Amino acid sequence: MSEPVLSVKSLVKTFGSVTAVDDVSFDLMPGASLGIVGESGSGKTTTARILAGLERPTSGTVTLDGRPAASRGRRARLRQAGLLQMIFQDPYGSFDPRRTVAQSVEEPLRLHSGGSARDRAARVAELLDQVGLSARAGDSLPRDLSGGQRQRAAIARALGIRPRVLVLDESVAALDVSIQAQILTLLDELRRASGISYVFVSHDLAVVRYITDTAIVMRHGRVVERGETERILRHPRHPYTRLLLDSIPSPGWDPGRVAGDRRALDA
Amino acid sequence: MTSRSGHENALDIAGLGLAVGSGENAVPLLSGVSVRVGRGETVGLVGESGSGKSLTARSALGMLPAGARTEGRVTVAGVDVLSAGRGELRDLRRTRASMIFQDPRASLNPVRRIGDYLTEGLRARGERPRAAGERALDLLEQVGIRDPRAAVRRFPHEFSGGMLQRVVIAGALSTEPELLLADEPTTALDVTTQAEVVALLKDLQRAHGTGMLFVTHDLDLAAAICDRVYVMYAGRIVEESAGAALFGSPAHPYTRALLEASPSVHGDRAVIRAIAGHPRSLADAPAGCAFRDRCPQAAGDCAETVPGLGSHGPSLVACLHPEGAAS
Repeated sequence: MSEPVLSVKSLVKTFGSVTAVDDVSFDLMPGASLGIVGESGSGKTTTARILAGLERPTSGTVTLDGRPAASRGRRARLRQAGLLQMIFQDPYGSFDPRRTVAQSVEEPLRLHSGGSARDRAARVAELLDQVGLSARAGDSLPRDLSGGQRQRAAIARALGIRPRVLVLDESVAALDVSIQAQILTLLDELRRASGISYVFVSHDLAVVRYITDTAIVMRHGRVVERGETERILRHPRHPYTRLLLDSIPSPGWDPGRVAGDRRALDA
Repeated sequence: MTSRSGHENALDIAGLGLAVGSGENAVPLLSGVSVRVGRGETVGLVGESGSGKSLTARSALGMLPAGARTEGRVTVAGVDVLSAGRGELRDLRRTRASMIFQDPRASLNPVRRIGDYLTEGLRARGERPRAAGERALDLLEQVGIRDPRAAVRRFPHEFSGGMLQRVVIAGALSTEPELLLADEPTTALDVTTQAEVVALLKDLQRAHGTGMLFVTHDLDLAAAICDRVYVMYAGRIVEESAGAALFGSPAHPYTRALLEASPSVHGDRAVIRAIAGHPRSLADAPAGCAFRDRCPQAAGDCAETVPGLGSHGPSLVACLHPEGAAS
């Protein structure tokens, strides 16, 4: 039995009197893909940000590759970043607007693996090719790329240092359907080829079904259901999971009944 | 309320073409767009970025890009929008057609109270402040805001996104319009909130007989709630079908490709198939059929002419080689 690459135990995060994340635990095995499903205020993004070291938990532990993740100290942060990378909904905010995409993709390579400029250039070319970006796109500024191309660039940059875990926070939510499908199939291929693990944070159950094996459903900071993604979708146990499923439009959909169910659940 | 009979369509867009700039620099945005919304009907307008769906919806209120040149006709509740003067347009927007947008926060003045927002249109129509105030309370009650008396004194930031979208809907319906233009009204909302807002829109629409043009990128949503759906690609309508039929028998290769690219929670877990390339706008679309460079069925003749809409089974489709044709 192999060890989980990422292990989260009893995570709690409070902001003042608000408890955003309330006793969340899960394990992620190498090569596995875990979905975190929830609506706004569920605590799913706060959980993701704790994993990436962007927030410090109030209590609880995050263990990365057998060692506790610490957000203090340059060395510890560097090790953590080498193991776990995060991709956001809008990659535009995470690229330096004055640098070409290739320069941005190269930067983490210089920080983490060093090597000669020629080696790095070769690796950048390889990465861009892997995510389906042309050399011309690599020489462009972020603003000259489409949303889908920018998301590809963000994936290339995150993959450069060969992390074990990729945390994707609503990473395809802002994309057109046809582009979203391109990114989802790309992510699927990358995982099969490299054995990387995903934590995929999303409100979209259909997308989560496609890209994950297991999932947790969060509501008001707590995990209300967990299990294999396919089982959760076919035989939801928690009324909130059922409500989420019923909220997805389909032929014969009755939004009035869904609204009634939601009020009953909130009461 | 005044009855405005005499025209059967809430919205009739016929052969609308739109371009900005002139001469060499002219940029075409829409071409030959025809969209009809009957009284009390819900009609979907579906497409990806750059397809022209929002432009089409906005044209119904005469909100055109600066310096736009138009052809065709846009008629809302009997008013010829493209030739209407400022006063006529203002009257149209004030009384006969309303629009709601994706982000309710962007359509409300953050430093004015909800009550001011809701009574603005009514007072502009000459209603007395007191009567307008009563009507605002009534409207808030209709859209399911608890304690309307307290709500009218609150500011937009005191509401959640879903609640604020209800307030905006109340405002849009305050003048009992014949046409409601809803541009991605639920896209920014949580999925469970989306169901509530859609249920509300449908109820109010039924009660008032309002025609609704529902603009969305979400095929599932359009098919589930619309009587008819138009699919747009690169500034043109490529398919028109009954909402329920969209999934059963998508006729245009683009519609079919969109469905195959969308993961679904229903049925067996299926592979999704990405569409190569990226969505085009009319200006950078190839000659002939705009979808042909991404289309698995494209043949040589697709480059020669822009296909017009023709019947194919229960749908209208702009394709020389629609699905199901002898291949």
